[in-house]
Amino acid sequence: MIEFTVNGRKRSADVEPEMPLLWVLRDVLDVKGPKYGCGIAQCGACTVHLNGEPVRSCSVPASAAAGQNVLTIEGLAQRGRMHPVQKAWIDHQVPQCGYCQSGQIMAAVALLKKNPNPSDRDIDAAMTNLCRCGTYARIRTAIHAAAQSMKPAKA
Amino acid sequence: MTTPFHQSRRDFLKVSTAVGGGLALQLAIPAPVLAQAAAKGKGPELTAWIVVNPDSSVVIRVARSEMGQGSSTGLPMLVAEELECDWRKVRIEFVSTSEQLRRNRAWGSMATGGSRSIRDSQEYLRRAGATAREMLLAAAAQRWKVPGSECDAENGVIIHRPSRRRLRFGQVAQGASKLEPPGEVKLKDPRDWNLIGKSANRLDIPDKVTGKPLFGIDVQLPGMAYAAIAQCPVFRGRLRSVADERILGARGLIKVVKLEDAVAVVADNWWRANRMLKTLPIEWDAGPDGGASTASIREFVRFGLEDTSVPVARDEGDVEAAFAAAAKVIEAEYYAPFLNHAPLEPMNCTALVEGGRVEVWAPTQNAEATHATAAATAGVPLENVDVRLTHLGGGFGRRGFQDYTRQAVAIAKAVEGTPVKLLWSREEDMQHDYYRPMTLMRFKAGLDAAGNLTAWRIRDASHSILAGVRPQDIKEGVDRHALGGIVDLPYGVPNLRIEFAMRNSHVPVGFMRTVFHSQNPFMRECFVDEMAHAAGKDPYEFRRALLQAKPKDLGVLDAAAKASGWGSPLAAGAHRGIAVQDSHGSYAAAVFEVSVSGAGELDIRRVVVAVDPGHVVNPDSAEAQVQSCVAYGLTSVLWGEITLSQGRVEQSNFHDYRIMRLAEMPKNIEAVLVPSGGFWGGMGETPLAPLAPALCNAIFAATGKRIRSLPLSNQGLRLV
Ligand code: FES
Ligand code: FES
Repeated sequence: MIEFTVNGRKRSADVEPEMPLLWVLRDVLDVKGPKYGCGIAQCGACTVHLNGEPVRSCSVPASAAAGQNVLTIEGLAQRGRMHPVQKAWIDHQVPQCGYCQSGQIMAAVALLKKNPNPSDRDIDAAMTNLCRCGTYARIRTAIHAAAQSMKPAKA
Repeated sequence: MTTPFHQSRRDFLKVSTAVGGGLALQLAIPAPVLAQAAAKGKGPELTAWIVVNPDSSVVIRVARSEMGQGSSTGLPMLVAEELECDWRKVRIEFVSTSEQLRRNRAWGSMATGGSRSIRDSQEYLRRAGATAREMLLAAAAQRWKVPGSECDAENGVIIHRPSRRRLRFGQVAQGASKLEPPGEVKLKDPRDWNLIGKSANRLDIPDKVTGKPLFGIDVQLPGMAYAAIAQCPVFRGRLRSVADERILGARGLIKVVKLEDAVAVVADNWWRANRMLKTLPIEWDAGPDGGASTASIREFVRFGLEDTSVPVARDEGDVEAAFAAAAKVIEAEYYAPFLNHAPLEPMNCTALVEGGRVEVWAPTQNAEATHATAAATAGVPLENVDVRLTHLGGGFGRRGFQDYTRQAVAIAKAVEGTPVKLLWSREEDMQHDYYRPMTLMRFKAGLDAAGNLTAWRIRDASHSILAGVRPQDIKEGVDRHALGGIVDLPYGVPNLRIEFAMRNSHVPVGFMRTVFHSQNPFMRECFVDEMAHAAGKDPYEFRRALLQAKPKDLGVLDAAAKASGWGSPLAAGAHRGIAVQDSHGSYAAAVFEVSVSGAGELDIRRVVVAVDPGHVVNPDSAEAQVQSCVAYGLTSVLWGEITLSQGRVEQSNFHDYRIMRLAEMPKNIEAVLVPSGGFWGGMGETPLAPLAPALCNAIFAATGKRIRSLPLSNQGLRLV
């Protein structure tokens, strides 16, 4: 039995220690935000935060999540209010098919946490998730916009 | 008959998707539930497309698949434009195939491909909106006992002009639903449009940024089992044997299902199913194609260029005499490889077979074909099937094929009473596509002393998609679909001969975004550049001269040239290339600005794409489609290639089938929309058509090297 916290709630799953976190979330705990795209850490559709760090959950064994904190797209909104990155994604009409977007948003949130004012180069380096619909231009714009909106108001 | 057991499953699905509200709520709710909802005080239906609720919110039904192109917003905009409802109160719901069947195809075609959603349905959708509006107006006029001509509909309200009295749509919907729909309605003049042509936020986006379970892969049913599949790695091969006793008693195993050309493991979660599958010893019968390779297939297709007797698609004037008289003759041969669609959501389908009924949840581009496939596979009448359309995690043409539906239903039949979700691994998806066809083309052109084009001969040797899906459309050996952009080329040339050699290998081929217009324009427009070069003329001016009888092609060519500043001085090292191509009812032209270092480092500095789709419904979505085409098209040109050895595909996942990433996306992309009105063309594919040739022509301008074979990664070029 593996126990860990998902979006602030204690959860447990009776699974093999090597079962990837992605499949524990999706098939055992019915947390469907993280998506399967490749299974080999190439596409980032499965991106979640493990103790605040973005990870590709298809390549993280359940055992590595034991006792840890997992945050998925479902847990991003606070008290019913969307995260500024989600709002920027709507303002700039980023998603097309939407399949990659949970992962893109989780990667962007992690980037902005580390680097509240990323340059284009920083975005290039951090945002390596695949989008087959090619929403990249809008992802870039939306990250810059979210960075602006998250700046503490000037005193 | 619907059993209570079914009903509980349906209700569960409703609850599990209802949490998110909005679009998710409507995702997969079957007709009985909708009927219940209607019975609980929801509003009446006005035409098959429109439900008006007492609070004046409007449900607009969508019959086409949403795969990212935005049609689940664009289609309702067309209805709402005529309905004059309040756009902020519009929700959508997808049509279920059993309702479609029961109501005699009230929603027209549900197929989603060929950029047809808007252009094929715009007329009846606008008519449906206008019809409902007239019914609402008539109901209000009756209520007020005034002539209908004194009333207007505006933003969800009906206004009696002389008395300034107002009624909301919701207040008259019941009355309106009892009226006979008018026989004739007048559609608005495009000048009076309020919604069409103005950017609107997409209705599906809020659910897509909050991780709602919208996709086929997200379907969750009580007691559901999960299936992983291994298909014969050699196309057309068969399953010989599988040592399934090896995994007997393994944790989570439910069943091993043997299909003619595949093995599926059904288990209590997908990871376990897939892991067991990998340990299963399977013997395949590869059949006669187990020795095929890219080289052998290329040679086989290329024979079509040498064959001395092939069908002729067009023969005008006398090309041979014109070549003999020409001042200059040029020849060239072009090649485009197989490509995989690679939508990010791998193929999947959920099915339940029980008591002679089949229920399917599928991310499909053709829900009615899915319905028919499910019925045929389970051996039940069409009336006993229902297909619920989910959102698609990308389609690009792949999801019009029904192979994964057939498998899911066959597996579900083997575990009757248990719903099963079949999911392909990425590796299966990579190795079992209907690939973009491998195509070769040989051109010969004659120019007179003044550099005018006098003769053009084209030999196309290609796989045919129609041969697999609509062979009756191939007339006398000529597949005009495979000749897209060639047989209908817009250029005026006095002597023209077009020949077609159909060369079908064992590799399955299919429609991939922009279809033959993704490789044929590369060949045609690069060769036109070769002509211009041989004629000593500017490639833009050379095209202009040949397009004098084609104002639409000329229009986008001029628009792209103007926006890109064609002919104006460039930064040191930068060079331009241009191309034009119509497809899917629309017109597009592109200009690329690139520089190429001596070491072959390619820098794409600017991309300008001009598109004329007649009318643009949602400009912001149209711009998104241009960006999308740039990413999809450049991925193919830069790296795209599926290769074979031992009859099987060599690529298996994204590490060896490269997809463009954010850092590689050109930073300067300009979508120049020049809708000229009067027609409705596609928007999801056309912008892709001129990209490959415009880029390759820019590379020629920069390096003097002609690119006649793709991808560029095989031509010593590397993106920086
Ligand atoms: S599914 Fe995890 S990176 Fe692709
Ligand atoms: S929006 Fe479709 S894959 Fe990114």
